[in-house]
Amino acid sequence: MKDICAWAAIGLVVLTSTTGDVLLSHSMKRVGDVGELWKRRGVLAVVGRVLRTPTFALGLMAMAVAFYSLLFGLSWGNLSLVVPASASLTFVANAVAARIFLHERVGRRRWIAALLVAGGVVLMAV
Amino acid sequence: MTFRKYLVLAGITVLSTAGDSLLARGMKELGSVSLHNLSGLLLAILNPWVTAGILFLLAFFACYMSALSWADLTYVLPATSLGYVLVALIARFGFHEEISPTRWLGIALIASGVGFVAAGPSVTPSRQHLDSREPSSDALSQEVKL
Repeated sequence: MKDICAWAAIGLVVLTSTTGDVLLSHSMKRVGDVGELWKRRGVLAVVGRVLRTPTFALGLMAMAVAFYSLLFGLSWGNLSLVVPASASLTFVANAVAARIFLHERVGRRRWIAALLVAGGVVLMAV
Repeated sequence: MTFRKYLVLAGITVLSTAGDSLLARGMKELGSVSLHNLSGLLLAILNPWVTAGILFLLAFFACYMSALSWADLTYVLPATSLGYVLVALIARFGFHEEISPTRWLGIALIASGVGFVAAGPSVTPSRQHLDSREPSSDALSQEVKL
């Protein structure tokens, strides 16, 4: 039962953190280069512009759900299962989602990297 | 990619690792949280380890958002995974813990994965020149292949 709860939490973490990452990445691309904006208009302009981007709030909410799901998972399963399992699955899910929803050019280089990192994260936990 | 941008990526690695470790430490202190006492989850924030972890993760978040404003999601993400390597290296050389061969292999895989991404372009070029609603011809041809 504890295992099922842990894996349910892992699945929820992967789903919500991927959603959050995609939404946040989308919002920040709309805001544009933060460093440039900071130099030209100051830090308040940056904060204002970020907060006024509607998808940012949605992304933040998804991340909050992911954060609490991770806390749940950590209380049910081992740290060495929950963190690497959710992290490695999130890498692969993000590569897929970034390609579909953000139209990022996920070439062979980045696919290989996503799989290498996901595999590496799993091995680190064994 | 300027030096300052690499610094932001390094910040993502270090801050997320420190934040996660602090959170894990705090949650272990609190024990199991079940659906029956949801209030325990809210009270978790009062634990000093958890509080410190959240502060680190907030700083991480600022770096992360900054990076996402000038680089692709699939470019920035592997930087967060370098944290695992960082923890292992600190354990090995800071605390003289043994690291098993499988862990070394994991470290090698993550490091090479990050190298693969870092050697490539950091941002998909079409986005800055074209309307974002209009996928580039390259994205279209990739869509067809799917």
